[in-house]
Amino acid sequence: MNFDLTEEQQMIRDSIARFVQDDYDWDTRRAIAASDSGMSDKAWSTFAELGWLSIPFSEEDGGFGGNIVDTMVIMEEIGKGLIVEPYFPTVVLLGGLLKRAGNEGQRSALIPGIIDGSVLGAFAYLERQSRFEMADCLTTATAEGDSYTINGEKTVVFNGMNANKIAVLARTSGSQSDREGLSLFVVDADAEGVSRIEVPMMDGQRCANIRFDNVKVSADMRLGTEGGAMETVESLVREAIIALCAEAVGCMGTLNAKTLEYTKTREQFGTAIGSFQSLQHRMVDTMIAYEQAKSLLFKAVCEFKEDPASADLTINALKVLIDRNGKQVYGEAIQMHGGMGITDELDIGHYAKRLMMIITSFGDATYHRAQYAAKAYAA
Amino acid sequence: MDISFAQEDLAFRDEVRTFFDEQFDDELVSRLKSEDFKEAIVDWQQRLFKKGWIAANWPVEYGGTGWTPTQKYIYESERSARGIPGVIPFGIGMVGPMIYQFGTPEQKEKFLPGILNSEVWWCQGYSEPGAGSDLASLKTKAELDGDHYVINGAKIWTSYAQYADWIFVLVRTSNEGKKQEGITFILVDMKSEGIKVNPIIGIDNEHNLNEVEFNNVRVPVENVVGEVNKGWTVAKALLAHERTGIADVAQSKRNIRLIKEAAAKEINGGRPLIEDPGFQARIADLEIEIMALEFTDLRTIAAMAAGGFPGPESSLLKIKGTELQQATQELRMELAAYYQGVLPKYMSEEDLGHSFGPEARVSYMYGRASTIYGGSNEVQRNIIAKYVLGLE
Repeated sequence: MNFDLTEEQQMIRDSIARFVQDDYDWDTRRAIAASDSGMSDKAWSTFAELGWLSIPFSEEDGGFGGNIVDTMVIMEEIGKGLIVEPYFPTVVLLGGLLKRAGNEGQRSALIPGIIDGSVLGAFAYLERQSRFEMADCLTTATAEGDSYTINGEKTVVFNGMNANKIAVLARTSGSQSDREGLSLFVVDADAEGVSRIEVPMMDGQRCANIRFDNVKVSADMRLGTEGGAMETVESLVREAIIALCAEAVGCMGTLNAKTLEYTKTREQFGTAIGSFQSLQHRMVDTMIAYEQAKSLLFKAVCEFKEDPASADLTINALKVLIDRNGKQVYGEAIQMHGGMGITDELDIGHYAKRLMMIITSFGDATYHRAQYAAKAYAA
Repeated sequence: MDISFAQEDLAFRDEVRTFFDEQFDDELVSRLKSEDFKEAIVDWQQRLFKKGWIAANWPVEYGGTGWTPTQKYIYESERSARGIPGVIPFGIGMVGPMIYQFGTPEQKEKFLPGILNSEVWWCQGYSEPGAGSDLASLKTKAELDGDHYVINGAKIWTSYAQYADWIFVLVRTSNEGKKQEGITFILVDMKSEGIKVNPIIGIDNEHNLNEVEFNNVRVPVENVVGEVNKGWTVAKALLAHERTGIADVAQSKRNIRLIKEAAAKEINGGRPLIEDPGFQARIADLEIEIMALEFTDLRTIAAMAAGGFPGPESSLLKIKGTELQQATQELRMELAAYYQGVLPKYMSEEDLGHSFGPEARVSYMYGRASTIYGGSNEVQRNIIAKYVLGLE
């Protein structure tokens, strides 16, 4: 039993932390988020040069051969630095689908591009009516010869505006919410019939609503079997939730550290506000909230590493705890920063907004608590 | 990052299971739930002593197990899962470590064997009517008279003083300097003339607590542990020992399991309570926090195995552990509904029509103490604020 990082994992962690410290301070990050594309090509090239984009891919695919612990380490640092570049949609989501369902041709066509930074990815799964039920899918893909025609609309697609390769979940058979009959396709963003409306998000992400009007895609770009996509999607979502929760833990740790620092220097009534017991005890509670979230993240990661499916119950639990404890941590951070806490200028609110998006992504506490109960208390 | 047990850990787990299967027998279980509690728990502790498992946290040279943190975790998990009571803490968990850490060779020889074999029952004389969370303000005084100290004063909340052969006491031997100075840690024979034990019936309607009066009690100077006037050092070391294991995650896990089993049988509005979404949400939130705390505990254990010390972070385990214990006890009370109020502790299920109401009541009511004893949770938050967060 140990919770140590390997030397390589510590090096990855330190290199991202150094990048944030040297090249990604708060003013830089604000300017990037406010720029036209909402991301920095220069930062993205650095990610590629330092090998971060290669980490979860196998050595056969040209990657580093990392596991879930590596992904956790990277995502936690991304959370600490509030890095807005699309690591999660590109590497974890699109890359994760390719790792799971891509055949050799598809992997060799796309993964090298992810690793060298030329592919920016997205996974279009959400529809207006689907909320957290990913199988609730009205977008259709109709087979004609050796190609498919995709019709429908996906909403709030992470990295949807910048992506040049978009994985799409579409129905090839069955009715609206059937688990069977869904298939995955990789579509070029500039393919005929793809149209995008930019949807800027409160956490700096550039999402998009994407319409597919008679978009032709070759059968070569179908990932996995026809109709069997949900297995791949569910497997991906396990890893995606762990990754996002690691990012959340990074955000929470940083919020606590910044708040603690602030209360030691901010003076009111002639003394540092950190000397007040009412604030001290609440900061102890936010520290405990953070440590508890981190502990459950470790449990999920350790179980996933042994056997991904064995982590399912813990992943539900983790998403519930990140929701509750994340809100506690950002709520107290805003409150203790007083008036400054509710400004756009200070980073505190931006960490809060990123946490809020993580909390709702792939299901909030209400959703995952019900999932947990269905597994744990079945008759 | 890895949670699988090594081969030798699995072998140890088998050994623990076999020992519990053989030694924690039904006869002992029923005696522990009767008026025969004291003799039964001493009997159990002596079985552990014979196995060499009585002192998990002591160094091997004084009779400890030499277990790794992983082994301690395995032992505790197996113990709590079966509802086996922990070792009564006052001897093994508290005064013993103070004697081997601060005592003279003569004190070690005189007292350690009786602690290990459970022949001597100890109790703790710390709190006073005027000194609880502010322990250092204690007033019970000891004045030197030749080769004896003469003790006058009173201690309160003394668990099991009615059973005790000896008591370890914090006394004031000097009024000079800060209030933490001038305190001395001393061992007193409960048969001494001038000691009076007054029972206190608790909120659980049980007699566990007492007030202990000292009227001109004469105690030989050689019973002082550590230096005279330096007892605060000993007192703090003892509290650190007390905090370890106080989270008792395994016990909360067991209570959750019992709640789930009972909620599957409890019918409300024609369906089992466990299927009620409102009840499910309550129990799920608790179970999730306990799941997380188990790993917080394991992280502390792993850090200790790597040579670190739990330090003030153990206050986190105390705070969260006791809050979750109470929340679990509360849910069990709700589950018991009307039967939570049944007063007789040992009423048969046949007569009452219910199996756990009285037990839920006693554990819920006594459980109120857990956020107060061992340094109240407010004091624990002060400790973390000061020593972990660096807030003054």
